[in-house]
Amino acid sequence: MIASVFGVLFDGFAYGMLLFILSVGLSVTLGMMNFVNLAHCSFAMLGGFVTVTLTDQLGWPFLASLPLAFLAAALVSVAFERGLYRRLYGASDLDQCLLTIGIVFVSVAVAAYIYGTIQQPVTLPSYLRGTVSIFGHSLGVYRLFLIGASVAITATLIAALEYTRFGAQVRAAVDNQRMARGLGIDVDRVFAVTFALGSGLAGLGGALAIEIVGLDHAFAFTYLIYVLIVVAVGGLGSITGSFVAASLLGISDMAGKYYFPELGAFLIYFVMVALLMWRPLGLFGRR
Amino acid sequence: MPALATRGLDKRFGSLVVAKDIELTLPPGERYALIGPNGAGKTTLINLITGMLKPDKGRIFLGENEITALEPDARVKCGLVRTFQINTLFPHLSALEAVTLAVCERQGYAGSWWRELPAYGDAVEEAYAILVSLRLAGSCYRPTRELAYGQQRLLEIALALATKPKVLLLDEPAAGVPQGESAELFSVISDLSRDIAVLFIEHDMNVVFRFAHRIIVMVGGRILVEGTPQDIAADHRVRDVYLGGGRHG
Amino acid sequence: MTSSALTEPQRYLEAQIRWRPVEIAFWLATLLPFVLAPNYLVLASQIAITALFALSLDLILGYAGIVSLGHAAYFGFGSYTAGLIAKWGWGEPVTGLLMAAAAAGVLGYVSSFIIARFRHLALIMITLGFGLLLAEAANSASWLTGGADGLQGVRMWKLFDVFAFDLYGTTAYSYSLAVLFLAFLVARRLIGSPFGLALRGIRENAVRMPAIGAPARAHIRKAYTIAAVMAGLAGALLAQTTETVSLETLSFARSADVLVILILGGAGRLYGGLVGAIIYMVARDQFSGINPQYWYFWIGTLLILVVLFLPNGVLGGMARLMRFARSRA
Repeated sequence: MIASVFGVLFDGFAYGMLLFILSVGLSVTLGMMNFVNLAHCSFAMLGGFVTVTLTDQLGWPFLASLPLAFLAAALVSVAFERGLYRRLYGASDLDQCLLTIGIVFVSVAVAAYIYGTIQQPVTLPSYLRGTVSIFGHSLGVYRLFLIGASVAITATLIAALEYTRFGAQVRAAVDNQRMARGLGIDVDRVFAVTFALGSGLAGLGGALAIEIVGLDHAFAFTYLIYVLIVVAVGGLGSITGSFVAASLLGISDMAGKYYFPELGAFLIYFVMVALLMWRPLGLFGRR
Repeated sequence: MPALATRGLDKRFGSLVVAKDIELTLPPGERYALIGPNGAGKTTLINLITGMLKPDKGRIFLGENEITALEPDARVKCGLVRTFQINTLFPHLSALEAVTLAVCERQGYAGSWWRELPAYGDAVEEAYAILVSLRLAGSCYRPTRELAYGQQRLLEIALALATKPKVLLLDEPAAGVPQGESAELFSVISDLSRDIAVLFIEHDMNVVFRFAHRIIVMVGGRILVEGTPQDIAADHRVRDVYLGGGRHG
Repeated sequence: MTSSALTEPQRYLEAQIRWRPVEIAFWLATLLPFVLAPNYLVLASQIAITALFALSLDLILGYAGIVSLGHAAYFGFGSYTAGLIAKWGWGEPVTGLLMAAAAAGVLGYVSSFIIARFRHLALIMITLGFGLLLAEAANSASWLTGGADGLQGVRMWKLFDVFAFDLYGTTAYSYSLAVLFLAFLVARRLIGSPFGLALRGIRENAVRMPAIGAPARAHIRKAYTIAAVMAGLAGALLAQTTETVSLETLSFARSADVLVILILGGAGRLYGGLVGAIIYMVARDQFSGINPQYWYFWIGTLLILVVLFLPNGVLGGMARLMRFARSRA
């Protein structure tokens, strides 16, 4: 029993870390510009498909494909931001939702057209497969890798926010955009870079997700809901919030599937609605 | 019995004190001005009094009723109304529709969905009369966003008047209005019925000295001094605040 | 006599809500399918049902400004209620319809207390969450709903004891069209009333409303409940005319589709949902042969184009064209 509790916690935490990487970019950019980018997971999906193409069709090693997944998503997102999103920064929530949902629809259709509707394969290198025994528990190597990578990314993000000048600008822009502009910070440039980073991370998340939750043409839709839950519950503009919310969501989802399979996703949605009612700005959000 | 009174109003955001121990008394029918440098907390005080902000401490009275726990719309129903420093209007509604809406809300018709709006003749006429008195009747059928800025400022006041206030809080009513037109705006305000007590925030000292019976000076969230225009003009602390004794942010 | 007794401002307001000839033409045109396309009456009744659903969303989205990603909850709830009432032995259409709509209204009323307290992202998420919750619950409660197989055994009696629901759809379309028209009359009345003006006030500037003494939350709750009744009505119609109910009626896909339809036609114009439904459903029927992926590609592109270039939908675009033409003349 204890073994399975630990197993659920471990798997849930790993899943949560995946959700964190997928969501953190959206949380920060939403907090900064209040731009509702529902197409965030389309960038994630792009990263996933880049990795699939590189490893499956071009024979690249898995780890080598990850930076490219990041880059591809980041670059494409810049194109979208410059070309399309910019025009709607002042628009209503509804218009932003609709535009980005439109992009999701298109991305899902394009993915289906190019790759079909089947689950995409990924070949992991041998050192990332299998399990390893730690303190008598059998832990998946890939999940350990995922947790390690996420913690490293989190630490880098937090350090960058705290200790670099760019990080300070990001914090100022999230806190109070008007004042940041008044202080001479080029908020538009800060946002563009943050947006690219966040989308790049999403792309990385998409690539990492294949082994855990699979990748198909509908990924942009399926995981959008989870990412939105993490962002809404964690609080806009908060890395810590996303981390906590993603961990909570990952563990609850795993626990729900293990202990209450008849409830399905009901538990997650219920917890989300309840949490949002208690804290509409998210656990760590402020306004 | 004062029309409006606050006792010991306190509010802070973290370490920023925006209101400290505010004691305010506004007698019925009087015209009080609230002045002070930018950031003194004048608009915050209005937000506290109207209920848009919850105070950390203190009590607010409208006439003999305590309104500290009331929601903003309930306070309006009791007769406490404010206008906004930045036009906060209904862009696509015509001026007539906007004022009629305010009248309907006051009369309690706004929840009724069975009869058509034109059938509420009294409400429509009352709204039109208000617009006439503010010289807005000529353009009252056009959407608010098409009105000139000065007319929109007047519409702000029209909306407030439609609620038949006992106490009217005007937040920089002439903000952004060129010098020449602001005189007309203030003559409208000074012509307001003596049934209404008015507290207005203003920066133009000419206007303040002309129209206010009494002046309250706020600095850094506190009331510095309060008195007749002559008292205030002569008060050296006020002159310091405005003319360089202390440059407040 | 009545016209001249109105003052000028009253006449202006009255002109805003007067029936226009094009509207009468529109409603007369809805009778055309009986004559011109008798083989398509089943589709026509589906369009009428979707139009009613879109109309209900317009009340809260187009007029009160509430963005809901979960409106299908009330549609599906009405659908399942109507289906279950018939399955359990009471197959009389009209009373079943009213009971289902009332049930959806109760659900709407209860959820409105939560909905009215939130705005922006929290509101979007909560409406989405509600919809997903209900869909999951229906999926799990397969003993009641039939789960993924759908609700079986729905048998409707004859409408007014005379008209049977047949394969040709004549009764279905007449029934759906009549309900749509009646609901439309109610919606039209509502929009032209002081309450309708209050809803528009909330949409135009939610901050100003309490400042003029408006109980904005109470207004939103009322509008939301009415919209839920209407959505439930549409869902019940679907259950009764097709004699089946599937999980799809509660799905996010249906919530998203109705949003697309309303935006396409133009929100806040009462006819936007109707026009959008006609265009969308006819197009979908015409392209039903093709791969569903292609369909979503075009819908996505259309959505992007509408947001960028036609923010008030087809009707908004037409209105702009007419204003442009009039100013040139």
